[in-house]
Amino acid sequence: MMASSYNAKEEDRHQPGATGHVGSGTMTNKMPDNTAFKQQRLPAWQPILTAGTVLPAFFVIGLLFIPIGVGLFVTSNNIKEFEIDYTGVDMSSPCYSCSQSYSWNNTKSCTCSVPFSLDQPFESNVFMYYGLSNFYQNHRRYVKSRDDSQLNGDKTSLQSPSKECEPYRSSDKPIAPCGAIANSLFNDTLELYYIDPNGSRTAIPLVKKGIAWWTDKHVKFRNPSGNNNLTVVFQGTSKPVNWRKPVFELDPSDSDNNGFINEDFIVWMRTAALPTFRKLYRIIQKKPNNMTPTLPRGEYILEVTYNYPVRSFDGRKRMILSAISWMGGKNPFLGIAYITVGSVCFCLGLVLLSIHYRYGKRNSADISS
Amino acid sequence: MDFSVLRNLISRYCAGEEYWVDSRTVYIGHKEPPPAAEAYIPQRYPDNRIVSSKYTLWNFIPKNLFEQFRRIANFYFLLIFLVQLIIDTPTSPVTSGLPLFFVITVTAIKQGYEDWLRHKADCSINECPVDMVQQGTVVRTQSSKLRVGDVVMVREDETFPCDLILLSSSRGDGTCYVTTTSLDGESSHKTYYAVPDTMAFKTEQEVDSLHATIECEQPQPDLYKFVGRINIYKEREDPIARPLGAENLLLRGATLKNTGHIYAVAIYTGMDTKMALNYQSKSQKRSAVEKSMNAFLIVYLCILISKAVINTVLKYAWQWSADRDEPWYNHRTEIDRERHVVIRAFTDFLAFMVLFNYIIPVSMYVTVEMQKFLGSYFIAWDKDMYDEELGVGAQVNTSDLNEELGQVEYVFTDKTGTLTENNMEFIECCVDGHVYIPHAICNGQILSAASSIDMIDSSPGGYRREHEDLFFRALCLCHTVQAKEEETVDSIKRGIHLGKPTSFYISSSPDEVALVEGMKRLGYTYLRLKDSHMEILNKDDEIERFELLHVLNFDSVRRRMSVIVKSSSGEYLLFCKGADTSIFPRVVSGKVEQVRARVEQNAVEGLRTLCVAYRSLSPAEYEEACHQLSDAKLALKDREQRLAQAYDLIERDFTLLGATAVEDRLQEKAADTIESLQKAGMKVWVLTGDKMETAAATCYASKLFRRSTQILELTKKRTEEQSLHDVLFDLSRTVLRQRSLSGLSVECQDYGLIIDGATLSAVLKPSPESSGSGNYREIFLEICRNCSAVLCCRMAPLQKAQIVKLIKASKEHPITLAIGDGANDVSMILEAHVGIGIMGKEGRQAARNSDYAIPKFKHLKKMLLVHGHFYYIRIAELVQYFFYKNVCFIFPQFLYQFFCGFSQQPLYDTAYLTLYNISFTSLPILLYSLIEKHISIEMLKRDPTLYKDVAKNALLRWPVFLYWTCLGLFNACIFFFGAYFLFDNTTFTSNGQLMTTNTQMMFGNWTFGTLVFTVLVFTVTLKLALDTHHWTWINHFVIWGSLLFYVIFSLLWGGIIWPFLNYQRMYYVFMQMLSSGPAWLGIILLIAISLLPDVVKKVLCRTLWPTATERAQRVRADGVHEGSVSPATGPDPSPVAGGGGSERDMLCPARTCEGERGGEGVRAARTYDSMMSHNPNYLLSQPLDHAPSDGH
Repeated sequence: MMASSYNAKEEDRHQPGATGHVGSGTMTNKMPDNTAFKQQRLPAWQPILTAGTVLPAFFVIGLLFIPIGVGLFVTSNNIKEFEIDYTGVDMSSPCYSCSQSYSWNNTKSCTCSVPFSLDQPFESNVFMYYGLSNFYQNHRRYVKSRDDSQLNGDKTSLQSPSKECEPYRSSDKPIAPCGAIANSLFNDTLELYYIDPNGSRTAIPLVKKGIAWWTDKHVKFRNPSGNNNLTVVFQGTSKPVNWRKPVFELDPSDSDNNGFINEDFIVWMRTAALPTFRKLYRIIQKKPNNMTPTLPRGEYILEVTYNYPVRSFDGRKRMILSAISWMGGKNPFLGIAYITVGSVCFCLGLVLLSIHYRYGKRNSADISS
Repeated sequence: MDFSVLRNLISRYCAGEEYWVDSRTVYIGHKEPPPAAEAYIPQRYPDNRIVSSKYTLWNFIPKNLFEQFRRIANFYFLLIFLVQLIIDTPTSPVTSGLPLFFVITVTAIKQGYEDWLRHKADCSINECPVDMVQQGTVVRTQSSKLRVGDVVMVREDETFPCDLILLSSSRGDGTCYVTTTSLDGESSHKTYYAVPDTMAFKTEQEVDSLHATIECEQPQPDLYKFVGRINIYKEREDPIARPLGAENLLLRGATLKNTGHIYAVAIYTGMDTKMALNYQSKSQKRSAVEKSMNAFLIVYLCILISKAVINTVLKYAWQWSADRDEPWYNHRTEIDRERHVVIRAFTDFLAFMVLFNYIIPVSMYVTVEMQKFLGSYFIAWDKDMYDEELGVGAQVNTSDLNEELGQVEYVFTDKTGTLTENNMEFIECCVDGHVYIPHAICNGQILSAASSIDMIDSSPGGYRREHEDLFFRALCLCHTVQAKEEETVDSIKRGIHLGKPTSFYISSSPDEVALVEGMKRLGYTYLRLKDSHMEILNKDDEIERFELLHVLNFDSVRRRMSVIVKSSSGEYLLFCKGADTSIFPRVVSGKVEQVRARVEQNAVEGLRTLCVAYRSLSPAEYEEACHQLSDAKLALKDREQRLAQAYDLIERDFTLLGATAVEDRLQEKAADTIESLQKAGMKVWVLTGDKMETAAATCYASKLFRRSTQILELTKKRTEEQSLHDVLFDLSRTVLRQRSLSGLSVECQDYGLIIDGATLSAVLKPSPESSGSGNYREIFLEICRNCSAVLCCRMAPLQKAQIVKLIKASKEHPITLAIGDGANDVSMILEAHVGIGIMGKEGRQAARNSDYAIPKFKHLKKMLLVHGHFYYIRIAELVQYFFYKNVCFIFPQFLYQFFCGFSQQPLYDTAYLTLYNISFTSLPILLYSLIEKHISIEMLKRDPTLYKDVAKNALLRWPVFLYWTCLGLFNACIFFFGAYFLFDNTTFTSNGQLMTTNTQMMFGNWTFGTLVFTVLVFTVTLKLALDTHHWTWINHFVIWGSLLFYVIFSLLWGGIIWPFLNYQRMYYVFMQMLSSGPAWLGIILLIAISLLPDVVKKVLCRTLWPTATERAQRVRADGVHEGSVSPATGPDPSPVAGGGGSERDMLCPARTCEGERGGEGVRAARTYDSMMSHNPNYLLSQPLDHAPSDGH
C-alpha cells in the first residue's frame, strides 16, 4: 500500500499521450459524498494542554512518584551487598602471585584465599556473583561469535559451525561450542568458607542450579540428541582452545548440567550489555530453620581457583554477595530517580499553578472581554 | 523519455517568437508535383501511432529499475544495501534490503500494470478505423497506418485522427464546425475554413484529382499557431499559393460537428500532433516545505557523516593498545588481521554509516508522498468547494503543493472571470452621447439613466439617426459570434437564456454574446452567417444582408477587432470595436468628448466599455486593404508581425459612433474572500487586461481598495507628465515617510497602487543610459511592499507572468499564488508557486495548466485558510516528527558505541531496526498528517488572521527544527543513560524462572536494547499523542493499536525459536524483561522524564506567549467549558445549523483580538457602508454576507 501510492503521483506526472485518464484519480465530477470523514468532520475529542488541564496530572505524578521513589530507595538501601575484588593487582593481595604467574599452558591451577569479614548478617537467600570489568562482552565481533543452532543441539551445526565463529570455529576438528564467547568462558572456581570464631572452616553450600533463565536452559540450549552419553555425541568435535576440558565434562556430576546446558555456561553465553558487568555464580540458599541467618556476621574466606586472566586488558575480577528484595538487587538509582522526578513534577505543578493564576486569568479575561 | 526532453528543448526555444525551425513539404495524396516545381523529396515522418506506454516486454525490468533508482530515496537504500553486502556489516543486509525490495517490487508491479493499461489504450486508439481516400475511393484503414500526406474523410461526430488541413467540406461554403472540448475544454463550436481553391472538391474522385503540396512549419505545441502555404498545381499553370493558418488546421482530438463530412489531408501524425506535443509534463514545482526538508536532510547527512567519522577516529584512538583491540578473548580472524589499516578504517567508517543510516529518515519520503497523495483527496472531496451550477468540485492536478497553500504571501488574481462572473450583461450603449438601455433588463431604470445624461447635448437629426443605424449595424456585424439553431449544446456554457429558445449565440468571448444579445433587445437581431453574408433582422423586421469580406481578428495587443463588409448597396464599410484607448487615437471625427465622458463614467461604475467606430472605404481603399491583408496572410515568415502592420494601416481614420457598456458581475462572495485573504496577511494583486477605471471600480467593489485607501498611481498618464524616475521616487518617499511615522501613530494608512502595463514595462526595462538610478525595479518593489493592494491594469498575458516572476525573485522570496480562468492567465499560473485555475467560461485552459482548479473564486478562501493551513501544520509536524523520532532511535545507538569499544555493535535487534520506521511508528504519524485538525474549520474560516501563524514556513524554521532535534537528543540521552544506570553495576535482574522462585537472573545486551527500544517506541508515540489535538476514533485506533502491535510483535518475536533465523538472541528477552519489576518502573519513569520537558514547554508557551491559534483553541475550549453547544466542537456536521447565540459568543473574542491589531474590521465595515451609500450602482450579488449573520 505504501509503495503503490508513493508512486502513483510520479506516474501521473510522467504520463504523456492519449490515455491521460489512466491514473488521475483525484478528478471528481460528481457531488462529493457528505460523509464525516470526507468532510473532515469526524467527531473528536479535542484536548488542549493548558496549565489548567496539566496541573492535576503534575500533582498526581508528583504524589505517585515520590512515595514509590521513597519505597524503592528504602528497599534498595536495606539490601545488603558485599563486594570483594580478588584480581590481585596489589602486591599485598593474596591473589597477586596467581595473577602474575598466569599462563594459559599451566596445567596446575593456582589457588588463593581471600579473607574477608561481613559486618552484618545476610538474612534471606544470598546470591553470589562474579563481576568483571573492562571486559567487552558487548563487542560486536564478540557478540556475534556464536552459533545458536549449534547450541540448540543441531547436528549439522555441531559438525560445521557457523562462519560467525571465526577464528574460534575449528582447530583441527570443529569446535563445540564454537565462537569467542564460549571460548572465553569464565573458569575461576569460587568457594566460600565461614571461619568459626573457634577457627574451624565451614564450607558454605553453593547451589549451582537455577542460575540461568529457565527458557534458556530448557529450550534455547540443548545438547545434541541421540545419545545420553555426551562423549559420543560430541565425538568429532574439539574443545574450545582456551578450555581445559571439553564441553561434556563441564559438570560430570550432574548430567542435567552438562554439555551445552551447563548453567554456568548458559549464564556466560548471555552477553552483558556493558563492559563492567556481573554474572550470577551461585545461590546460597536460606537455611531451613529460620533462626540463623544465611550468612552470619563474621570472618570468611573466599577460595579462588585462579584460572581467568584479566590483567592483560586491565580487567578486574570481583566476587559479590547480594541479597535481593521484591524489586531485585540493590539499585539506588531507581529510587533516587523516582524521588527526583516526583519532586520536580510537584514543583512544576506549583509553578504552573501560580502561572495559571496570574496569566491564565488574564488571558481568558483578554479573550472574553 | 528522450523524445520529450528534445521536445521540451524545442518548445522552449520556439515558444513565444515566430521561429522557423524547419519546414516540411507535404505532398497531398503522395503525388509528385509537376516537374516544373522543385524535386519530389520523399520525407520520413513518424506514422500515426500514438505511444504513451513507457516500456516494452523486454526493456521493462532494466528500464523500470533504472527509473526507480533514480529516485534519491531508493538510491540511498540501494547504496546502504550494497555497502551492507560488501562489508562486514553490523546490521544484516535484510534491514535495508527487505524494505527496498518491497517498495521496488510493488512499484514495479503497479507501473507494469499501468503500462499494460496504456498499451491497451494505445492499441485501441491506434487501431480505430479511419476512412482514407485512395485512388478515388474511400478505404477503411487503421488509424496508426495513416501517413503524412494521406487524404482522410471524417464524418460528423468523429474525432480527427491526426492534425489535418481542411480541403473541403460537405457544407457549401467550405467551412466546418469543430469542438475542441477534449483539447482545451472550450465547448463552443469553432469554424474552420477550407482554402477557396480546394473547397469545391466534393467527391472522392475530385479530391483525388487534387494536385498540391503543402509547406508548413514543423510541429510545435501551440494549439493556436500554425503557418503554412498550400501550392495548388493545375494543368500548365503556375502553382497557386494560398496561405494556411490556424483556421485551416484541424487538430487531433477535436471533433467534427454540424458538418456531414470533410476531406482533409494529414500533415502532422502520431507523436507530432499538437495534442501529443501538448501532453508534455509541466515543469515541476517544489514547495517551500520540501526545500526545508531537503535542508534538514543535508544537516542530518552531515550529522550522520560526522558521527561516523567521530566514531571511527575514536575507535582507532581507543584501540591504540593491542590489548584493547584484540584482547585474548576476542581475536580477529586472519583475513581481517591482514587487511591494511586504511582499508580497515574505511570499512569501519562504512559500517558506522550503515549503523547510523536510519537517522536519515528514508521512510519519510514514502510517508510524505503518501500523505500528499492521500491528503489531496480531501480537497476533491470537499463539498463546500463543489459548485452545483457547474457540477464540478475542486480538482487537484498535483498534490505536491498541498502545504504551499498554507504559505501564500502574494495572491495574483485575474479580474475577469475570476473576481467577476464573466457573465456579461449588456447594460447600455451610447451613441454620440445618447444613452440607450434595453428595456428587457432595466425595467424602469431608463428614467434614472436618462436623467443622468441631460448634460449631454442631444440634437436629434438625420446625422444622429444615421449614426444610430450604423452603430447598431456595427455591433451586429463586428463580432465572431455564431448563431446556433439547435438546443443540444449544453446550456451552462451559454449563460443567459433569452429570447427564442430556437436560436442562441455562442462565442469564445462572452462580451460579444452580451453585445449581440443586447442588440437583439434593442431591435436588431443578428440571424446568421450564410454564404459569407451576414443577415440582420432590423427594427422593421426586414432582413438586411451584408457581405462579410474580412475579419480582422481581435488580439490582446491591438485590443480591437474589425470587420470589412459590403452592404447591399455596394458600400464598403469597416466596423471596428475595441478598447477606448485603442480606438480614440484613431478617431478623426465624431462626438469624442461626449462619448469619452460616458465611457469614463461607466468605467468608474465598473462596467466594461467598448467603443465602436467605423470608416467607409472607397473601392480603391478596399482594394488596397485587401492587398495588404492577403500579402500579410501569405507570408510564411513573420506573419503575425506583418498582419499587425497591415491591421494598423487599415484601422485608422475612424468616425466614432459610440460606446457600449457591459456589466460583469462580481462573483459571489468575492469581496469577502479578498477581505479574508488580506486579513490573513496576504497581499492581493489584481492583474487585468482591463482598463484602469473599470478595474479600479471592481477593486473597490471587491474591497481590495477601501475608501480609506490612499491610491498611488503609476500610470502612463502620470509618467507622461513627469519622468518615470521622479514619479517613482515621489511615491517611494510618500510610502516610506508614512512607514517611519506609523511606528508612532496608531492609525495606519494603507496604500493601494495602480500601475499599468506600459509603465510596468518601463519600470522593468533596464535603462542603460542612467546606470546609477537605473534600478527602478528595487524602488518599485519597495513601493509594492508597502502597499496593501496593488492593481495592475492593461496587462498583456506575458506581463502577468513577469510581475509574478518579479515578486518571486524579490529578496524575501515570498510564496506566490496566481489564480485565473482564461488562457491569458496560464503564463502566470505556471510561473507562480501555486497556480490555481478557475473552471470558468473562458475554457479550461487555465484549469488544465493549474496545480489546483476550483469552480469559483470564493472557494479560494477555504482552499487557503482551511486546507492550506491544515496541510501545512500536518506536513510540518510530519517532517519534524520524522527527524525527531529517528534521532531518538539512532542516537542511543551512537552513545552505545562508547560502551562497546566502538565496535559498531547495534543496540537493537535486527527486527526492531527494520520495523521501527516501517510499522511501529509509521501509521500514527501518517494518520496524524492526514486528519489532524488543531482547530476547527469554522474557526479558521472565521478568523483569517490565524493564517499568519503559519506564514513564512513558521513551523519549519531553524529554531523549531533545532528544538525538535534537541528534544530528540535529550530523549535519546534519557533512554540510553536511564537504561545504563539501571544496568550499571547493579542487579537489574530478572525473575528468571518466570515468577516461580525468587531467583535473580542477569540481563544481557539484548535486554538492554529492548528496554531502550520499548521506552523509545512508547515515548515517540506518546509524544505524537500529546501533539494530537483532534482525537477521532482513527487516532485512538492507530496510536494505541501500534503500541499494542509493538508489544504483541515483541512477544511473538521472542516467543519461539524461529527456525529460519541463525540466531536466537531475542528468545524470551522481552518476556523476561517484563517479568522484572524494576523494568516496568524504569520504563514508566523514563517515558515520564522524556515527555516532561515537552509538556512543560508547551504549557508555558501557551500560557505566557500564546499564538493566535492557541488563543482561538482556548476560546473553543472555554466555549465547551461553559457548556454552550457550538458547531465547531460538537459532532454536528452542519456549521449553519449552530444557534446564533453561541455563534456570536464565539465570534466576539476573535473580533476583539483582531481589533487590537489595528481596528481593521471596524473601519472596513464603515467604509464599506459609506461606499454603498455613495454609489448605489455597486453590483454586489450578496452585499452583506461577509460575516455570519448575527443579527437575529
